[in-house]
Amino acid sequence: MSDEKTVTFPVEGAHVMMFARSIGDYNPAYHDPGKGEGNPMGAQVAPPTFPQAVAQFDPDYPLRIKDGEAWFGSGGKPSGIEGRPATSGGLHAEQHFEYTRPVRPGDVLTARYSQGETWEKESRRAGKLTFTERLVDYYDQDGDHVCRARGVGVRTERPVDRG
Amino acid sequence: MKASEISVGQTFEKVVVEDLKRTQLVMYSGASGDYNPLHTDDLYCKEAAGYPGVFAHGMLTMGMTGTLVTDLFGAENVRKYGVRFTNQVWPGDTLTATATVQDIREEDGRAMAEVGIETKNQDGKTVVLGAATGLLED
Repeated sequence: MSDEKTVTFPVEGAHVMMFARSIGDYNPAYHDPGKGEGNPMGAQVAPPTFPQAVAQFDPDYPLRIKDGEAWFGSGGKPSGIEGRPATSGGLHAEQHFEYTRPVRPGDVLTARYSQGETWEKESRRAGKLTFTERLVDYYDQDGDHVCRARGVGVRTERPVDRG
Repeated sequence: MKASEISVGQTFEKVVVEDLKRTQLVMYSGASGDYNPLHTDDLYCKEAAGYPGVFAHGMLTMGMTGTLVTDLFGAENVRKYGVRFTNQVWPGDTLTATATVQDIREEDGRAMAEVGIETKNQDGKTVVLGAATGLLED
């Protein structure tokens, strides 16, 4: 499997703190770098789903406003792009992480992306579903493996019924 | 969590969010970098995308559910954590996560436990279903 691209992801304590707050986790180990000494966690670590925040450092990430490019969210009108399809690029179906070690502030991770399988399925609630799998392997500044993320995205034929 | 303190079949429960606020969706967007307007932009959701309003990022639900996993094992001890997203999560939802111990084993001389994870909303509908594995303390 060939690598599609790599992204450099410097892990910073303030980013970890903001991420932990956003998932409603007020464990001091995520919030205070000074808690290292005597903290049961040993040092500030990142929550298990933090690797996903690599999106902030991905220059091609589609779900962020970029300089000089049209954005599909609302401004004066409901969408910034006329004729934008009703589904905005898919939903998240599955996410799996396997950790070799926890992520810590100070790590400079290299995320290597690769494409996995693609498959289709019919659904009552959203029509034809197209699933695509994406793998991201994270390595640290010494080239050692830290984590593997496997995400499955799904594109739906129509918006999902709230049923 | 210590190996001596748990047994197969034991369950742990946590309310991971009560009356989910739209502001929390904004906080997650800002921290994660996923600025999909489906999660923050009601006008876009209703008039362009065909949804009744904004809904939570799957990864926010996974993150909130993950607080039960890290409460159990400690963040530094989690070795695997994976979920399927089975239903959308909406502002106002109250989510309860449950971990059920499925297996306790030794790998490379370290005790580990595998837990099944299920998070339900206030109507009893499952929103994520998955599993986690963590190292146990001696």
